[in-house]
Amino acid sequence: MPAQCSSCTDKRAVLKRPKTGHSLCKECFFWAFEEEVHQTIVAAELFKSGESVGIAASGGKDSTVLAHVMKLLNERYNYGLELMLISVDEGITGYRDDSLETVKRNQQQYELPLKIVSYEELYGWTMDAIVKQVGLKNNCTFCGVFRRQALDRGAVMLKVDKICTGHNADDVAETVLMNVLRGDIARLRRCTAISTSSEGEGVVPRCKPLKYAYEKEIVLYAYFKKLDYFSTECIYSPNAYRGYARTFLKDLESIRPSTIIDIIHSGENLSVREGVKMPVQGTCSRCGYISSQALCKSCVLLEGLNRGLPKLGIGKHHRLHDKILSQQPLTEKEERKLKSVDF
Amino acid sequence: MNILLTMNPCRWTLKMFAVPLFISASQKCVRCKEASAAVVIRAGDAYCRGCFKEYFIHKFRAMLGKNRIIFPGEKVLLAVSGGPSSCSMLSQVQEGLSQKAHKKLRFFPGIVYIDEGGAIGQSTEERQRTVSELEVVFKATGFPFHILPLEQVSVDAKMQSLLSESQSQPPSAYKAAVDRFNQTCGSDCLTPPEKQKKSLPDVHESHTQLLQQLIGSAKTLTAREDLLNTLRQHLLVYTARTEGYSKLMLGDNCTRLAIKLLTSISLGRGAQLAQDTGFSDSRYGDIIAVRPMRDYSAKEIAHYNHMFDVPSVLIPSLETKTSEKASIRGLTESFVTKLQTDFPSTVSTIYRTSEKLQTVCRSSSTDDHSDRCLLCLCVLDTAVGECVLEF
Repeated sequence: MPAQCSSCTDKRAVLKRPKTGHSLCKECFFWAFEEEVHQTIVAAELFKSGESVGIAASGGKDSTVLAHVMKLLNERYNYGLELMLISVDEGITGYRDDSLETVKRNQQQYELPLKIVSYEELYGWTMDAIVKQVGLKNNCTFCGVFRRQALDRGAVMLKVDKICTGHNADDVAETVLMNVLRGDIARLRRCTAISTSSEGEGVVPRCKPLKYAYEKEIVLYAYFKKLDYFSTECIYSPNAYRGYARTFLKDLESIRPSTIIDIIHSGENLSVREGVKMPVQGTCSRCGYISSQALCKSCVLLEGLNRGLPKLGIGKHHRLHDKILSQQPLTEKEERKLKSVDF
Repeated sequence: MNILLTMNPCRWTLKMFAVPLFISASQKCVRCKEASAAVVIRAGDAYCRGCFKEYFIHKFRAMLGKNRIIFPGEKVLLAVSGGPSSCSMLSQVQEGLSQKAHKKLRFFPGIVYIDEGGAIGQSTEERQRTVSELEVVFKATGFPFHILPLEQVSVDAKMQSLLSESQSQPPSAYKAAVDRFNQTCGSDCLTPPEKQKKSLPDVHESHTQLLQQLIGSAKTLTAREDLLNTLRQHLLVYTARTEGYSKLMLGDNCTRLAIKLLTSISLGRGAQLAQDTGFSDSRYGDIIAVRPMRDYSAKEIAHYNHMFDVPSVLIPSLETKTSEKASIRGLTESFVTKLQTDFPSTVSTIYRTSEKLQTVCRSSSTDDHSDRCLLCLCVLDTAVGECVLEF
């Protein structure tokens, strides 16, 4: 005897919701999903009427669903927003060039303007070239740091007021776990915030409308709505530290599905003791981007790549910042330390 | 010797370790550099027997001394579960109180053991056997001990007194307390209170059934463990209150606290983390719970217990012989242990993270009870009736 939808009790249930375990029909599931995102946006007051919003689109399931839902809610509830797509080309052959095709198709399907920024034009390096120099262990650091800046640069070029990214509940929970495992107190405090602060030059505030949406539900939504997305893992990611946190989270979810939201709740309620040293926000002296050190991370990473010292960005190097700024050559010992790469 | 270039991913530093490939008979202790090494702690520290013992004892004393929570002349209740950590704690307290100790500890310890056999489903004979083994250990220490069955928590009406206001005065500053102690009696009058013997009272079958029903009403193993922990804590605090102890010492070690931290985060207890895993836990008001073993890794304790013959008793728990993914706590334990093999600084990093946390709200003694959770007695982190989305 097939189950009935527990919401409308009218139609037959076609799926079981990962978040709550309810059996729902397609329409009720769509409605539940979209309504939850709408409530998130309204309760956190993410947008104001008349703003232009850049949707960070990679062609993957999260950003495709985000673009779809944003467009839908914008029309349904009259947010009054002007939506645009921003995409970043990291230069990973076999992965990014395919997903970019998907983004271009999305642009036509949703009729939204699109801007693509590439690492090549911004930094002079593609991820393939970076991995050749750095190896397979720390490349995610480079990609992540560069992408963040690339998104901001793209947003400034398009003159948008806000960026929204497709980070989902699983991503935020993994980040909380990762920061606890790494002892990164500063990030632990900030990572559960739904939007970043809006001060500073050249910094566009960023928000995560899908913060409380489970990854499994996003996949189900994209599948049932037959959305066009690209679904392969990045070829360089298997050795990332985040992989451990992700496996742990998936196991936790199988024991108790509410764990994901519980972790986010824990992260939101953490508070740090007074007297613990916290980084202060300033600006990079070379490129003017926001930074808590004298040089922003991407300048340091770039410097390392350009000089053939791939480990310059990986490790404590505050003392070297002045040296880099004043173009002094590094000593033999320092060079040797920074050059060695284990593949 | 190998110069091994290792990376600590948590701090992005490059550290150079001189790591010997094996402990040869000729390798010297890194501390005294004379005797040959007997045990390796962490990545490169090889200690000889004597230096290891000194290091271990010193850590315990330093932990108590640095935090200045235990005042001289106080009655402190040691919660001993029979496992290696709490038995090690017991032996450290014995060491600290012995006559020949340098700067003797000056408090009066008592021991409490809570028999949870009823909740696990052990037979009366098994429980009696465990209790008699432990009694032997406890009697050898000479401290007063109390053995209680967990069934007492579902029976005693006085448990309600747990939630009432505490009447005692707030603890004064450490230095003032030490001065007062020295003035009034000095070190001569350190006579311990009368030894009380309390073996396991007879447990009614009906009480055991009641307890089992209570535990069984929780559907998942995770929930059952949580419930058992809550009941145990309540009984410990109740015992401390009724027997007149002002401090409670728990034997959680570094590894177990790291696991507890991750488990608490996974269960949504982020707001209570500082009290669940910190050194001192003041949520009960008059009784302060301390965790003096929190700096020791499970490995160090195991080495010490083995080398210096510290007795401990193996007691099964709810989780014994269950699969890895049966409960959140078990999963976290296997996760942390596996991660520790690849990244040896995992446990110590998590420990340091827990040191930097604090409780969100005001001090425990000033709150009124409508703000506190009924079960764990911590300040609430949800507002009933309001939209609970926090950004």
